[in-house]
Amino acid sequence: MGFLTYLINGLSLGSVYAIIALGYTMVYGIAKMLNFAHGDVIMIGAYLVFMTMTGSGMPVVVSIVISIICCTALGMLIEKVAYKPLRKATNLAVLITAIGVSYFLQNMALLIFGSNPISFTSVITWQGITLAGGQLKITGVTIITIITCLIIMVALMWFVKNTKPGQAMRAVSEDRDAATLMGINVNGTISLTFAIGSGLAAIAGALLCSSYPVLTPYTGSMPGIKAFTAAVFGGIGSIPGALIGGLLLGIIENLAKAYISSQLADAIVFAVLIIVLLVKPTGILGKQTKEKV
Amino acid sequence: MKKFLSLALSASMATALLVGCGNSGNSTGSDNVDTSGELVWKIGGIGPVTGGAAQYGQGVENAIQLAVDEINAEGGINGYQIAFNFQDDEADAQKAVNAYNTLKDWGMQILEGTVTSGACAAVSAETNNDRIFQLTPSASSTSVTEGNDNTFQICFSDPNQGTVSADYIADNNLGTKIGVIYDSSDPYSSGVYQNFALEAQAKGLEIVATESFTQDNKTDFTTQLNKCKSAGADLLFLPFYYQEGSVVLTQADQIGYDPVMFGVDGFDGLLGVENFDVSLAEGVYLLTPFAADATDDATKSFVSSYEEKFGGTPNQFAADAYDGVYILKEAIEAAGLTPDASNEEICDALIAQIQQVNYNGLTGENMTWNDAGEVSKAPKAVIIKDGGYVSAE
Repeated sequence: MGFLTYLINGLSLGSVYAIIALGYTMVYGIAKMLNFAHGDVIMIGAYLVFMTMTGSGMPVVVSIVISIICCTALGMLIEKVAYKPLRKATNLAVLITAIGVSYFLQNMALLIFGSNPISFTSVITWQGITLAGGQLKITGVTIITIITCLIIMVALMWFVKNTKPGQAMRAVSEDRDAATLMGINVNGTISLTFAIGSGLAAIAGALLCSSYPVLTPYTGSMPGIKAFTAAVFGGIGSIPGALIGGLLLGIIENLAKAYISSQLADAIVFAVLIIVLLVKPTGILGKQTKEKV
Repeated sequence: MKKFLSLALSASMATALLVGCGNSGNSTGSDNVDTSGELVWKIGGIGPVTGGAAQYGQGVENAIQLAVDEINAEGGINGYQIAFNFQDDEADAQKAVNAYNTLKDWGMQILEGTVTSGACAAVSAETNNDRIFQLTPSASSTSVTEGNDNTFQICFSDPNQGTVSADYIADNNLGTKIGVIYDSSDPYSSGVYQNFALEAQAKGLEIVATESFTQDNKTDFTTQLNKCKSAGADLLFLPFYYQEGSVVLTQADQIGYDPVMFGVDGFDGLLGVENFDVSLAEGVYLLTPFAADATDDATKSFVSSYEEKFGGTPNQFAADAYDGVYILKEAIEAAGLTPDASNEEICDALIAQIQQVNYNGLTGENMTWNDAGEVSKAPKAVIIKDGGYVSAE
């Protein structure tokens, strides 16, 4: 029974990683850049939910919708101000800018919200279910997190496959110049990608802080790094890869904590990552891209 | 990548600061005057006024200010007024060293700080180098005083806390099967744990689960809690700070696990976490040398003037800091020092003098210090009842 409990905890943590990893993977797949500020958009999203829900007493759904709208706008704004002018610059310049944006958001949050930790009220009030005569308790937030993650994943895959903007995304990711020649609005498509990624960050923020109820301006940074790892693990650029990478990372982390050592959990997670990348350098579902001559 | 970059950047900034301050740290007579040209004592303080341990720094800053104002109103120390300057370090070692350099530029002669152990260990290495006397209200790790003859503690040290906690649990039969969760990346937390484990064994307490977490991994405790639960622990010993404490209590409630929770002085402040459901803290034990509900005159007058001036009930960190200023006063008076002495003279005189002091304060009777910098006094257990801290006796 212990094993099942740890597995479910791992799935829950992994689902949050997976939703965050989606933001990394989509932006990388389409704009070919690592948006390190993604973790901090999650933190902003969580603060927005906290302020509207606990601070102003709005219903949960309304506050999450407000948070999604604001984060979407924030994501597009970041893209427009910080990344778009560097579209033609080297990858390294964009990477450093992304790190800069990440620190900017953290310090902004420090100024606005202060650095005192806030105990986050869960957005999910459902207590969850008890199985096997009280031995196995699955919390409501765990179940909702896993289900939300699956719904988002399926919806995104459908969107990318079957809609016009989704097709445009795939085209831009395949070959940006050719897509421009075919009349695809590349800037618009990249903007849309940031909008979707940041909107998902708001959901991830609410779920992350509901499971692990402490909110500070640094809340997003470590899960951000872990989710980035998950995206690389699953194969960066691949949507199902983010799901698999996130879930595996969460499960490995929790099982390592439970059965090997709670001190070594992080070291074990990254050791597994190194082994996977040695065997399969593009990650589990990553595509081998041929160098164009 | 991000971590590495931030480290590299902070390191280069810290170096730049150190280089910049190389020539300005020396104290001369002309440094120690206030704006009106009078000779004053310059006492500095460092602690987290923002961040995860902010309640400690705020308490310390307020309490030192309170004591300084009282002493100045009575005519100061040896006839000289005290100037007090407090800097924020967010409980971070690098920021603490930066804060220390700021204070050194200001002309600090004596440091009362820093508040948390990790930051304090970094700063006490610096003060030892610069020969500035340091008295920390609350940094309890032995790493703070080890090798630094100029650093003394007002709070009891980690070995002492761990040992006394195990004794208290055994003597009061609070639990038989004990689970421990501690922060392996923090010297305070692991120091308390190690001594707790030794004493628990000596007292015949059974530790059924020992779990840990690190600074990078301090939001998800469900696995650790589940392991303690399945090992059948009926008491959880939690030697870390209140921010993580609030998360542990919330998650224990989520998984339906309700053992006796026993924290140490780091849990002081738990009730002040914004938006925290304090009913979850009901029945939590914590070890602290100070209870604001104590009925002796000194505590009553301290609590009432603190509440009047700053609002809110003072915690033990505030009480430690308040005691600290009076301990400094007593030692300086006994040594017959004046502010025109050099930092090194003040430091050496106080090191000798504080070991002769026998102080009765808010946080203990007959407090004495040994040459290792450790205080000898008795801790008290406090239990959280109806949203307040109450003496457990």
